[in-house]
Amino acid sequence: MTLSPSCSVPVRHDTVQLAHGGGGRLMRELIEQVFAAAFDNPVLASRHDSAVVPVEAARLAMTTDSYVVDPLFFPGGDIGKLAVFGTVNDLCMAGAEPAYLTAGFVLEEGLPIDSLVRIVRSMAEACAECGVAIVTGDTKVVDHGRGHGVYLNTAGVGWVRDRVDVGPARIQPGDVVLLSGDVGRHGIAVMSVRSGLALGTELESDCAPLVPPVRALIDDGLDVHCLRDLTRGGLASALAELALDAGVDVEIDEARVPVHDAVRGASELLGLDPLYIANEGRMVVVVAPKDAARALGVLRARPVSSGAVRIGSVSKKQGAQGRVSARGALGNLRPLSLQSGEQLPRIC
Amino acid sequence: MKLVDEFRDPALARRCAESIARAVTRPWRIMEVCGGQTHSIVRFGIDQLLPDAVTLIHGPGCPVCVTPLEMIDRAIAVAERPGVTLCSFGDMLRVPGSRSDLFGAKSRGADVRVVYSPLDALAVARENPERQVVFFAVGFETTAPAIAMCAHLALREGAKNFSLLVSHVLVPPALLAILSDPEARVDAFLAAGHVCTVMGLDEYRPIAAQYRVPIVATGFEPLDLLQGILMCIEQLESGRHEVENQYARSVAQHGNAEARRMVESVFEVVPRKWRGIGEIPESGLGLRAEYHSLDAERRFELGDTHAEEPTECHSGRILRGVEKPADCPAFGTRCTPEHPLGATMVSSEGACAAYFAYRRPGA
Repeated sequence: MTLSPSCSVPVRHDTVQLAHGGGGRLMRELIEQVFAAAFDNPVLASRHDSAVVPVEAARLAMTTDSYVVDPLFFPGGDIGKLAVFGTVNDLCMAGAEPAYLTAGFVLEEGLPIDSLVRIVRSMAEACAECGVAIVTGDTKVVDHGRGHGVYLNTAGVGWVRDRVDVGPARIQPGDVVLLSGDVGRHGIAVMSVRSGLALGTELESDCAPLVPPVRALIDDGLDVHCLRDLTRGGLASALAELALDAGVDVEIDEARVPVHDAVRGASELLGLDPLYIANEGRMVVVVAPKDAARALGVLRARPVSSGAVRIGSVSKKQGAQGRVSARGALGNLRPLSLQSGEQLPRIC
Repeated sequence: MKLVDEFRDPALARRCAESIARAVTRPWRIMEVCGGQTHSIVRFGIDQLLPDAVTLIHGPGCPVCVTPLEMIDRAIAVAERPGVTLCSFGDMLRVPGSRSDLFGAKSRGADVRVVYSPLDALAVARENPERQVVFFAVGFETTAPAIAMCAHLALREGAKNFSLLVSHVLVPPALLAILSDPEARVDAFLAAGHVCTVMGLDEYRPIAAQYRVPIVATGFEPLDLLQGILMCIEQLESGRHEVENQYARSVAQHGNAEARRMVESVFEVVPRKWRGIGEIPESGLGLRAEYHSLDAERRFELGDTHAEEPTECHSGRILRGVEKPADCPAFGTRCTPEHPLGATMVSSEGACAAYFAYRRPGA
């Protein structure tokens, strides 16, 4: 189902009222005319307290995530798209085929209904793109000043086929580490809107679903050991988590990690490290060496991962804990670790 | 990327390192003044490319690190007043004061905001006429022109709800303090390229002559640093002590005249306490009398306070170039970026932060 963005706004109020979360008529109007209209599907149409869905596999993958991004709309995406793709991507990382989502909205009194409609339509389009349905939801409204427009939570379930086993525990020395594309675009795109930083080029968030490449990797029966999408903390934090959880060392070649020029420029300017900047549509694929070349080909054949590269490999851990290091341009190794707090722009 | 990749070329870097190795006949200690240079050195492993005879010593050029403890406490005190919005460069928020940091104040309900430029803070004041907006003005000569411009505009607009908490410092007095410190043995300086871009080279000539020490204005990329080091070594080996300019693509002989005029019209030279080092005469910038109406210390009647550094923290010795981060017993154990004892562990230009972030695997 697609909705034309030119559809007229269906709700009588211009802004969200406290009563839109009050359980009465206004709430029903909001649900019918905004949410149900956009997310329309048979399960949702049953209008029951719980969604009842058929289960299509012996194993379920299940995940949840909350979205508080500021601003709500940014180049290349919005909070709604993020909330669908983020949760769908988390399901994909378990090797699952995403199926159903829930959506919980915490709305701030005074939010323009137009903005809410834009977000909801964007979610509906994102669901259609991923082949998932939002089957149940919840709405709360908080007093003006007690929220930030919209906070969103989505939970999701997906089916894990027999014999699919993807996770940190399967990572082994000798494995090859692939990266699905360039890093840091989401973080810099959002930061540039927040700060009014003019980058001289319209940089868009990398926010995208990873369903097509993951489905292809699984369908082709490649020996994928682990998948991890890059979110806050960026590539460095994702690899550091995997190394710690799997008890292995990982070495990457920094020169092979693609970084868009505008991201590099902004990072140099602000004193940020692109390897630690947030992404919303990138993943690392840890794969058995025999299948590395084929996996790279599979990734490159899908638009969202057409810039995939081989960035490094896994080895036996040398110390007490698994560690990640990056070989720099001048040949030196530097450690990559979990990000410490937030990345903060420097003074000069 | 243009103007970055050229200065990170591995083959040229190796050739430059070989030239340094050929030129060196005995041990030399070179201090890079700026924390940005320290980070480049550790991140790119420049020190590992040098012969053993050349030791790089990390200097005090991290504005966040040298902002005195009392000033952090004052910033927190102002931020916690009702109706106040404190704007700051992001770097300052994690720096520990004597009891808390600005992030802590924020979590307790203070309105603390990160801005990218002092002019953004002035915009916050315009947009929020009911709030008192204070900008925490720290930094060296590099950030002084932008802050001076901000003060100039605020005064011209008659902004009633904007003020500056000023803790500005100057590089040359710090070099003099290090040169007169018997514990800190420095044979040559890589001066901070961005500071020299504003101020030029003139003020370094008397220092080079009096202390017979080479000073080379140097950039921040790997090849800049290697070339700056080579220029220092060539001077040292031939017994010269001159002021030279490695960073000629940015630094002009007399600096940026317009920026200097702006700084001089708003600020005057004042004594300033440096965190970990102590008071250095004529080492800071304070607002001139015409700008006292913008002085947050006066507006909020922030009295003199005194705070003691934790004795466990060696940041003073590290900022003076007497010790390296790993010499501190607390480094990486009781002092980490999550639980810092001193500012050098949290600032993006702090030497301890650089060693922690880029600590070599296996080291």
